[in-house]
Amino acid sequence: MTINMDSLLEQIAFCIENGKVNKDAPYPPNMKGQDGADELTRQALDAGIKPEVILKDALVIGMDKVGQKFSEKKIFIPQMLMSAKAMNAATEHLKPFFNSGEVKRKGKVIIATVQGDLHDIGKNLVKMAIEGAGWEVIDLGVDVKTEKILDTLKDNPESLIGLSALLTTTMQNMQNTVEELKQKYPNNKILIGGAPVNDDFRAKIGADNYSVDPQAAVRYLNALVS
Amino acid sequence: MTISEKIKAGKLLVSDGAWGTFLQKKGLAAGECPESWNLSRPDDVFDIADSYIKSGADMIETNSFGGNRFKLAFFGLENKVFEINKAAAELSRKAAGTDHYVLGSVGPTGKLIMTGEVTEEELYDAFKEQVLGLEAGGVDAIVIETMSDIDEARCAVKAAAENTKCEVICTFTFEKSGEKAYHTMMGVTPAQMTEEMVAAGAHIIGANCGNGIEGMIEIVEEIRACNSRIPVLIHANAGVPHYCDGETIFPESPEQMAGYVNKLISAGANVIGGCCGTTPDHICRIAGIVHGKV
Repeated sequence: MTINMDSLLEQIAFCIENGKVNKDAPYPPNMKGQDGADELTRQALDAGIKPEVILKDALVIGMDKVGQKFSEKKIFIPQMLMSAKAMNAATEHLKPFFNSGEVKRKGKVIIATVQGDLHDIGKNLVKMAIEGAGWEVIDLGVDVKTEKILDTLKDNPESLIGLSALLTTTMQNMQNTVEELKQKYPNNKILIGGAPVNDDFRAKIGADNYSVDPQAAVRYLNALVS
Repeated sequence: MTISEKIKAGKLLVSDGAWGTFLQKKGLAAGECPESWNLSRPDDVFDIADSYIKSGADMIETNSFGGNRFKLAFFGLENKVFEINKAAAELSRKAAGTDHYVLGSVGPTGKLIMTGEVTEEELYDAFKEQVLGLEAGGVDAIVIETMSDIDEARCAVKAAAENTKCEVICTFTFEKSGEKAYHTMMGVTPAQMTEEMVAAGAHIIGANCGNGIEGMIEIVEEIRACNSRIPVLIHANAGVPHYCDGETIFPESPEQMAGYVNKLISAGANVIGGCCGTTPDHICRIAGIVHGKV
């Protein structure tokens, strides 16, 4: 039996786009009983497809479609979370190749919700989209002090930085953090996002990019390495 | 008479304005627990409640939006849920007296059922704990607000309806997702919210926060298209906030907001108040129009 490699990659991308994690997963109802991202990724590796090809031609493509639909408000957070779950199931199979260095990711991004702000849903969505686009993400969580980001930068000096704030009252903390980071690491690009943030605010505080949604963050990051 | 009974008798009512942004004006710092002020700065909390009563509101909320065990755990206060909520209710009750209503504010936990970080039972228990504190402090109703997820809102409505004698109000936060189309960030439409929350036992439904009062008109129309009888409450923001030189500015003036009140009533709203950025001045203007009508 010959396996059609292109079709396998397309199926993985389709599972990620539609949030089909594995064979047992009940979601989405119209794919019940079919192989999900988990089984298909295993099959792809067993069939000899190179892990970097699976990453590039299946995972990234699937998550890109998800990000676009989210951007256009055709899907909402629940569907995006299911897609991220499917992506993570596929990524599990690729981890050994990331760890051995056989598959290189595009770069590292440190991501955090700024000090005083406890909201993490938006930050988590951006994290999923960035990971899905082939980046490694170091997630520092919520209510993150600048010192913690600086500590992380010591070990990962080439990292990019993504900052989130939901409250207008924590935008001041975002400004302080950006200013401190830029003093010590002027060349590390900083992306910002969150409901009250806009491009005027980005320009004022000296960050490098304002991303209106997860897909915009992916576009900006990818442009840096293309 | 309950709020719903008054509405069914044809009354239009006025609710209060913002609490969070009012606390910030009084010095609440970013990262500080707003609900802790019920214990540490009760006079400031009372002052907010009192200012809304004086501006003509028929009902006021409580300083308990984030008073659930998940949010309070960030501040090490997860063992004080009952005490904090009871204190919040008592402060607003003191300002409201016996001739105004007190609505116990219940906000989302920030936890999502679908990611597995919390179960429905855990959410139900957390909301139950909070509403019992609010009822003990003397609220007339529970207002479950800023909801976006049907499952979490259902847990909260049931916890309030099944464990207290209070009226249950539930409002969601919608954003515009297309021409005459609104969704919460979880994809819930006003029509879905209406059907599900009425089924769960809410006595009053509606919308709060969001992008200003103008959009609320279309949201109320969508609610009314699928349910003509359920009382509808709207707490609108004073527009979309801008951040300017360390200060947050909400662009809609009391006059501007009041300009939409008649349209909102025509669309079918029964109770109108404010959310983020609204002040006693906004409520005073709104009350002038709403009370002038009845």
